[in-house]
Amino acid sequence: MEKIKSLADLKKIRDNVQTKIDLREKSEHPESLIQIRVAMATCGIAAGSKETMNYFLNHLEENGIEAVVTQTGCMGYCFAEPTVEITKPGKEPIVFGHVNCEKAEEIIQKYLKHDELVEGIIPVNYQSI
Amino acid sequence: MSYKMHILVCGGTGCRASASKSIICRLEECLKDRALEDEVQVIATGCFGFCEKGPIVKIMPDNTFYVQVKPEDADEIIDEHIIKGRKVERLLYKDPEKKATVTDSKHMEFYKKQLRIALRNCGFIDPENIEECIGRDGYTALAKCLTEMTPEEVIDEIKRSGLRGRGGGGFPTGLKWEFARKYQSDQKYVVCNADEGDPGAFMDRSIMEGDPHSVIEAMAICGYSIGASKGLVYIRAEYPLAIERLRIAIEQAEQYGLLGDHILGSDFNFHIEIRYGAGAFVCGEETALIHSMEGHRGEPTTKPPFPAESGYLQKPTNVNNVETLANVPVILNKGAEWFASIGTERSKGTKVFALAGKINNVGLIEVPMGTTLREVIYEIGGGIKNGKKFKAVQTGGPSGGCLTEKHLDTPIDFDNLLAAGSMMGSGGMIVMDEDDCMVAVAKFYLEFIVEESCGKCSPCRIGNKRLLEILTRITEGKGTMEDLEHLRNLSHVIKDTALCGLGQTSPNPVLSTLENFYDEYVAHIRDHKCPAGKCKALLSYRIDPQLCVGCTLCARNCPVDAIIGERKEAHFIDTTKCIKCGTCKDKCKFNAISAG
Repeated sequence: MEKIKSLADLKKIRDNVQTKIDLREKSEHPESLIQIRVAMATCGIAAGSKETMNYFLNHLEENGIEAVVTQTGCMGYCFAEPTVEITKPGKEPIVFGHVNCEKAEEIIQKYLKHDELVEGIIPVNYQSI
Repeated sequence: MSYKMHILVCGGTGCRASASKSIICRLEECLKDRALEDEVQVIATGCFGFCEKGPIVKIMPDNTFYVQVKPEDADEIIDEHIIKGRKVERLLYKDPEKKATVTDSKHMEFYKKQLRIALRNCGFIDPENIEECIGRDGYTALAKCLTEMTPEEVIDEIKRSGLRGRGGGGFPTGLKWEFARKYQSDQKYVVCNADEGDPGAFMDRSIMEGDPHSVIEAMAICGYSIGASKGLVYIRAEYPLAIERLRIAIEQAEQYGLLGDHILGSDFNFHIEIRYGAGAFVCGEETALIHSMEGHRGEPTTKPPFPAESGYLQKPTNVNNVETLANVPVILNKGAEWFASIGTERSKGTKVFALAGKINNVGLIEVPMGTTLREVIYEIGGGIKNGKKFKAVQTGGPSGGCLTEKHLDTPIDFDNLLAAGSMMGSGGMIVMDEDDCMVAVAKFYLEFIVEESCGKCSPCRIGNKRLLEILTRITEGKGTMEDLEHLRNLSHVIKDTALCGLGQTSPNPVLSTLENFYDEYVAHIRDHKCPAGKCKALLSYRIDPQLCVGCTLCARNCPVDAIIGERKEAHFIDTTKCIKCGTCKDKCKFNAISAG
């Protein structure tokens, strides 16, 4: 290990590590961040939700979007897997269907960055208690 | 590729005792079996504070809080939660009041009122990895001091923050540093007092186990401000895990150039060594601690001279407690004004308390100064166990006193507790319910003091022994009303004449119980009764013939066959045979047996 010689070096390590423990920091205050929940039940996984989730995880940072990506169970929209529910702070959750990697990119570019809605929104057909 | 999920497992002493280490192993094995080891990271952290329900496992990013996890639950957590995204319902925390399951820690009453400054990293980072600490702004305060601030400015910042010593005395930390800076010497020392000796207190241990770097960083900052290049941590040998983590942390800090010579390219040198104590209570007193480190008997000496003038090896020495130090880096990062905005007028910041005794949520909590005892006991602590009635709370360890119902709404700070006849001490809080006898409680603390008194001065060595003898007489029903006068007088003599702070405060448990529970003392002496039913010599068990249905359960469970009676007829206790073990009372389903 090279010794840290200056404040700048220390800050470099800090910033580097911060991205690694970022996940924990964000999880402490999820309501202030965009929450992306990927349905990962059997049907979702079979339809490729794992790739979708990975796509979000890998491409959010390079687009400068701060979000918490979690997985969840079956949302019930098996006809439209992979499904993804996105909650922006202070807004109602929106569920997107048939989200493959291309769709994920579109969601990132349009909805997450510019608040533009994209095709494929599933109307929420139930209330949860 | 960074990890998608983090599993935080408590690796503090409490949870380790309930097999948290095997939980970690099992989780890692399960992840490996399912080829998930590159996607999910398992981290052993410090104490989460919710020791009552340990071991704790927390899953990020969905912030799920699992309690009382066993190694064999690991498979289910991985298969259900990690792979399928379904929370394992049966391991979630259930709110005892509302009977509802709580999925994440933010919604738990236990965490709602807490503000974690000293414990900021406990239960969040891996204490054995310096980089995680750096990622949470570790060592930036030290860097700031070395590059942007003069030692005087650092001391001024600490003074303005209003930080007071968390070890018990509550002496202003900045002032202490200023004294140590004032004395000229070729060598000065920074000592971290990690000798936590109060029964029931374990915050210092938890900080060293969960965030050792904050202590190291603060010691270096203190060294820079007072002009010391050597630091010593005095820690009791019975804290093996804290010692281990501290050792690893010191090693890593040296490797990273954050301890040693020319720290961060500056001219400042600072080295830290660990000194082991044998766990004597008196060695928490700073002069006794210094003597013990020098290899002499752990006995206090009169002050002045204060350690700031002549301490370790007769050199100027600054002694601070672990929790005090853990606050220092945050103050420098966030500013004195921020810190001073928290708390009460004369007690700033937060205080960590170790909740113990008859309380639902036994554990470690950190609240802003000025929080009331009621909030701590009923909201955070979840109230008294088994729905019993609150009787008293003992704060400040053997030097403190008992507070009662009437003190429940007192905001907790250094001055209020002192005014109420107790003290802050290191922050142990032992809650007592209606079944606790206050004379026996006072006796318990006196036993501790008699055992731990170093014996150097006669008021403490002989005086406390006499106090204990009187208390023992009272609990055996042989006390007289004059004994109460003797207790009071002798206590005041010890208070006025003992050599060190520990001796001077040792009669506090007697004085405060006499003050608040005088009737209970009188009941022992005049009526030969222990109202709480604790003092065996004063007890006799009795079966109410009206309530007894003759089920024979008590007779079958009595270890000495002292209960006689025919089936379906009222039973009797032969008091000559009875050993007062209380088994019959516990077994009776009809509440027919009473003690008194």
